[in-house]
Order: sequence, then structure tokens, then C-alpha cells
Amino acid sequence: MPAVCLYFQVHQPFRVKKYPYFGIGRDHDYFSDVSKTSLDNRHIIERVSRKCYLPANRLMLELLERHPEFRLSYSFSGVLLEQLEIYAPDVLDSFRDLVKTGRVEVLSETYHHSLAFLYSREEFRRQVGLHFAKVHRLFGVYPRVFRTTELIYSNEVAAEIEDLGFRGILAEGADRLLGWRSPDFVYRPAGAKKLGLLMKNYRLSDDIAFRFSTRDWKDWPLTAGKFARWIDKVNGNGTNVNLFMDYETIGEHQWVETGIFDFLRHLPGEILKHPDNGFATPSELLAQFEPVGEIDCPAYVSWADVGRDLTAWRGNRLQEEALRTVYQLERPVLESGDKGLVDDWSRLQTSDHFYYMCTKWFADGDVHAYFNPYESPYDAFASYMNAVRDLQTRLASVKGGEKP
Amino acid sequence: MLYNPYLTSKRYKTSLRFARGSHHGLSLFGRVLWYAKQAGRIAAKEPHDVIHAHDWLTFLAGIEAKKVSGKPLVLHVHATEFDRTGMGLPNQDVYEIEKLGMETADRIVAVSEFTKRIIVDRYGIPADKITVVHNVFDELEPAGAGPSHVRDLKNSGKQIVLFLGRLTIQKGPDYFLQAAKKVLEYKPRVQFVVAGSGDMEEQMKGLARTLGIADRVSFIGFVRGADLSALYSLADAFVMPSVSEPFGLTCLEAQSFGLPSVISRQSGVSEVARHCFKIDFWDVDDMASKILSILEYPAIKEVMAVEASREARRFGWADAGRRLRRVYDEVTAVGPH
Repeated sequence: MPAVCLYFQVHQPFRVKKYPYFGIGRDHDYFSDVSKTSLDNRHIIERVSRKCYLPANRLMLELLERHPEFRLSYSFSGVLLEQLEIYAPDVLDSFRDLVKTGRVEVLSETYHHSLAFLYSREEFRRQVGLHFAKVHRLFGVYPRVFRTTELIYSNEVAAEIEDLGFRGILAEGADRLLGWRSPDFVYRPAGAKKLGLLMKNYRLSDDIAFRFSTRDWKDWPLTAGKFARWIDKVNGNGTNVNLFMDYETIGEHQWVETGIFDFLRHLPGEILKHPDNGFATPSELLAQFEPVGEIDCPAYVSWADVGRDLTAWRGNRLQEEALRTVYQLERPVLESGDKGLVDDWSRLQTSDHFYYMCTKWFADGDVHAYFNPYESPYDAFASYMNAVRDLQTRLASVKGGEKP
Repeated sequence: MLYNPYLTSKRYKTSLRFARGSHHGLSLFGRVLWYAKQAGRIAAKEPHDVIHAHDWLTFLAGIEAKKVSGKPLVLHVHATEFDRTGMGLPNQDVYEIEKLGMETADRIVAVSEFTKRIIVDRYGIPADKITVVHNVFDELEPAGAGPSHVRDLKNSGKQIVLFLGRLTIQKGPDYFLQAAKKVLEYKPRVQFVVAGSGDMEEQMKGLARTLGIADRVSFIGFVRGADLSALYSLADAFVMPSVSEPFGLTCLEAQSFGLPSVISRQSGVSEVARHCFKIDFWDVDDMASKILSILEYPAIKEVMAVEASREARRFGWADAGRRLRRVYDEVTAVGPH
């Protein structure tokens, strides 16, 4: 003790191209930007593969070979896996090699990295099923632990996940849930019988994900040895340290020049210097430790921003309108039985589309601006709504009996 | 000489000697020279620490005053000859006066990075001599009833797209009309209101006829005061398609009334305004698509109205004053000039 539980989110959306109003009724191809810029999905997959996925996967395989105790876990969105199949099959193979070691767990999530839970329980279940099947087909494993989009969590989410038969769920270790308690134990969601809850240690996670290259941070430069000593300190105060972050942290958000690869290369060795330390996958933690207490979460929390709430995706009228419009189409789209329509509609549910419409700190040019491939939230909204309009015209013509 | 509208800066010094007596009856250049001469006389009598001159009409006055008193000269550039001519052919005399002023000045204040770039690129002035102080928007008076024609349009249920500015090549009214044509193909119940006058007015009316949209474009002339505020309140979208706009205060005015806007990237205000759509003035399709988005999706107006009106008021005079004060402090600290 403690066991370090590493989980990386691996996700890229199908970004909607700059779709003008005049495209409605004419252009049914929403995700096909080829500008080689930040809306060009293939270009982004290729860039992130080169900077992150391929070198990071090589590193993880090397670490698994060197340290028999090393463990990690991934959650891949279905839309990412789909893009890897088309644009970067070699990356998919390297993820498969990792999973084949038996020491890398794959988690479950909604196929389209969506907010469906908030709008339609049926659609949510449809996407969980799609993802489950995809993961099994590509990796030959059945996920047993669930993570929701952006770690959006509440008692209700936990109840749904338990009902679906999962063994555990991940959540942000938000202060308002934990109070004085530590995130470094296994918990049980309020009202759950068997489901285990693993909470992100956001301080230690963010030390790597956000602060690693911040030169005015008092702990810069962060070395593997220093970080391992922080893990040592959890001995006696916790059973596990959950480090949850985007996989793109490695090499994409934190560039290779920051030393992030060297840091991770030495981290397992440094952590394992202390005989009580180890690594574990989420399932291993849940099998090994009984919950020490109950976490009551009546209102949603997420892992985003300081507020740890949902306002990054539905905090303004643009986002609400876009979400309302797309989920209104659920029944007619699914009833149409038109695979192309269903796929496009599903891809339009990916949470990133709504994140790009966020106006919260837009004026300050912070992290939201950094992650936004559009010139403004209004541009993101306009392209999105125009595409949805076009989808509606297709729907009307399918219903009218003619195939578009 | 003084009645001659053509003058190069190299000859201005000699001309200046003749600038005596009254300025009445002089040409524009004559009056500029007369004014410069007067400035020199005033500079000799009135104690001062800094000379601050605005745009080319007063640049010679600034130079003359500096020559007399030796005090530092700060030039404030609100627009260059390149802006006024839409990056076309500048008047050579005006250009010469601007260039001479900029070279003589101890410091230049530009109203935007956009203008600073023009001063560097077109006048060959070193960038470190130029300080950017963005313009500040003043609250307009409360909206009145507004022009009756526009009120009637609104009452008849039409959506109104507003162009406001001088009808000159600089302001891009022709691009506005071309975008209007495109918008009307998709949304017929829209009226385009052109508020302003200028040398392109007849040409623009002709263009509207040629495009077959004459009945959808209202030329309402120059508007000010409570009518202007009413116009901003009644419109559904504001378009500023300027070819070259040093700042573009009308954008902030429109925003202060919660009016969603589509503005040219070739403008200074696009450096500070974020809660709006931006376009390249020549991209008529993009302009039309963004106008349509505003008219079609009310959520855009709901969000922009709140965010943009807050943003328009983000920068106050105190902020601009502080920056200008710093410029004064720096030029007076350098020593004798």
C-alpha cells in the first residue's frame, strides 16, 4: 500500500467542419475537413499519434516489460477507436499489444463520448452497448468498470451503472463530495449494493496533467523521485492513489521537450523503491479493498474546470439549444433505420461539440480557448446547428420515402 | 501656392512663410498650412510640456510647434491615408505629410495593432516607436422612437440587418450589398438598412438595383443621437464589412445595445471584441452565412446580447488614460528635444 491506479482517457471527437448555412440540404458530410488545421480529424489523429499515442505506447510497453508490478488502464471512446481503425491502424495495434499483456485494463464508456445520460436513458444504454461490443471485438475483453464522459457523476449515474452490472465506477475526487475524507480509498456510492467507487486524486493527477511544465510552480521541475515521495506519504493514510488524466497529456499537452516521457519512464521504478508501494488496475483495487465509506452525490460533478460541474457543456443558451435540438431527434432518427443518419446523429452527440460553445472564460483566452478549434463559441454553434439542420432535411426525405 | 491643392512635404516649409492672415478662402491644404503656422505662434507663447496632434490635418501644426518649443511631439493616428482609400491609391501629398509627421514625432500612438502594422509596413516607422491605445466606447444617449421607416419595417415583422457608416470605399458598403443578395436568396423576409452618406451613395443605390434587391435595401442617410440608438435597438444584426478600419467604434456601440454583429477582421476593434462573428471583408459568402446564422438561431442573439454588451464596457477611459499618461511620462523623461 498504496497502489497507484493509472487511468488514461483516450478520446478524439469527429469535429464538425466549418459548415456554412448554404450547406443545408446540399452537403451531408459534416466531419470531413481536410484543411490540415485543427478541424481536420485525420490530420489531428496523425499528429496526436506521432506526438503521443505511438511514443507513449512504446514507453508503456517498455515499463510493463521492465516492471512486473506495473499496471495501467485506458478508456477509449468509440469514436476514437473508429478513427484509429481508419486513419492509424498501427496505433490500434500498439494498444492491442498493451492489452494483451493482461496487465492493462480497458474501461467502459459511452461509444460517442456523449452526454446522453443527461437526456435519454435509452440512448445512454444504446451507446454503452455499442462501446462494449466494440471493445470486445477489438481487444477481446469485457470491460467491468465504467467511466462516464468527463467523469460526470451522481448517485443516479451510479445507480444506473450498478443496474447495468458493472463492478465499479470512476469519479472526480471533488472536495464537496469528500469533505474531510481522502480520495485514496475505495468508496461505495450512496444507495449502491455492490458497486465500488474510485475517486480521482486531483492534486497529484493535476501535478502531472497541468502543472508539470509550469515554471512558476514551486515544485517545478517535477522529478519522478519527488513525485514518488509524495506517493510514499499516502502510506498509512490510504490504500490507493488514483491518477486519472487524458492520455494526450503525454507528448501533446505536455510536449516531449518538457521531459514528460523521461518523468514517466522513471516513475514506476521510483514508486516501487518503497516496498509498500505498488500498482493496480481499477478491477484489482475493487477486488482487493472493501469500501471504507459511502459517498453521497445528489448533484452532478465532473472533472472539468474549477467548478467541477457541467457548465463547460451546458452553461449557456447556445449549448442548451444545441443539446435540446439534437436529443429531440432521437426517436425519428432511430426509427428511420437509416444507418448513415444514425451514425451522423450519434457523432453529433459527442460532448466536445458543446464544449466548443462554452463562453465561460472565453474572454480570458484560457484552457477553453486552447482546446477550441473554432474562432469563437458562436462559430462552433453555427456550424453545428447548420449540420443538424441538414440532418433534419435528410430525415424528412427518408420519412418521405425517398432515399437522399 | 496656398491655393494649390497639390503640395509635397518637402515644399511645405517654404509655403509656410506665406501663410499669414486669415484662413478663409484657402484650399484644404492652405488651411492646413495656415493652421500649422498658428500652432507655431501659440507654441512660442503658451507654456507646455508635450505636443499631441491627431491625424494628418494637424501633423504639420505639431511639427511646427515642436520646432518652436522643442517639446516632445506625440502623434495620434486614428486613420491613415491607406485606410481612407481602402488600401487603394493614397493621395501622395497626404501620404507625405503623414510620413514626415511620423518621422519627426517622438512617439506615435495608434488606435490598434492593425494600424500599428500599417504604420510600420507602409511608412517604414520602427515598431518600438509606436504604442497602441485602443479606442474607448462612450455610452450613447437612450433610444428614441427611431426613423419611422425602420419602425414600420420592424412592425411588419421583418428582420433588419444594419450597415452604419460613411458610404466610402473604406467602409465596404458594396460587400454588404453583395452579402445581402445572398442572404435574400435564403431568407426573403429580411430588410437591409444602410445608414450613412458619402461619395459612394449613388453608386450603392445603383448596385442594389443591379443586384435586383433595391426594394430590400433602405438607404436612410446619416443618423445620429436618439435615432442612432433606436436603430441599434431595432436591428437584428449589425454588419461592419470595412476594407480597412483602424478601430471601428460602431461595433462596440452596436454591442452595447446587445446587437449581434458580424465584423471585418481587417479592423482594430476585432482585436478587442470577441463576442461577435468575424469575417474577411471580401468573403461575401462567409458574411452572408453568419448573418443568416444570427437571424436563424435566436440563441446566438441571446448569448451575444449579454456577453457583448458587457464586453463593450470592459475598457474605460481610465484605462486608455493610463496608457497615454505613460507615453507622456516616457517622452518627457528622455530629456531635451
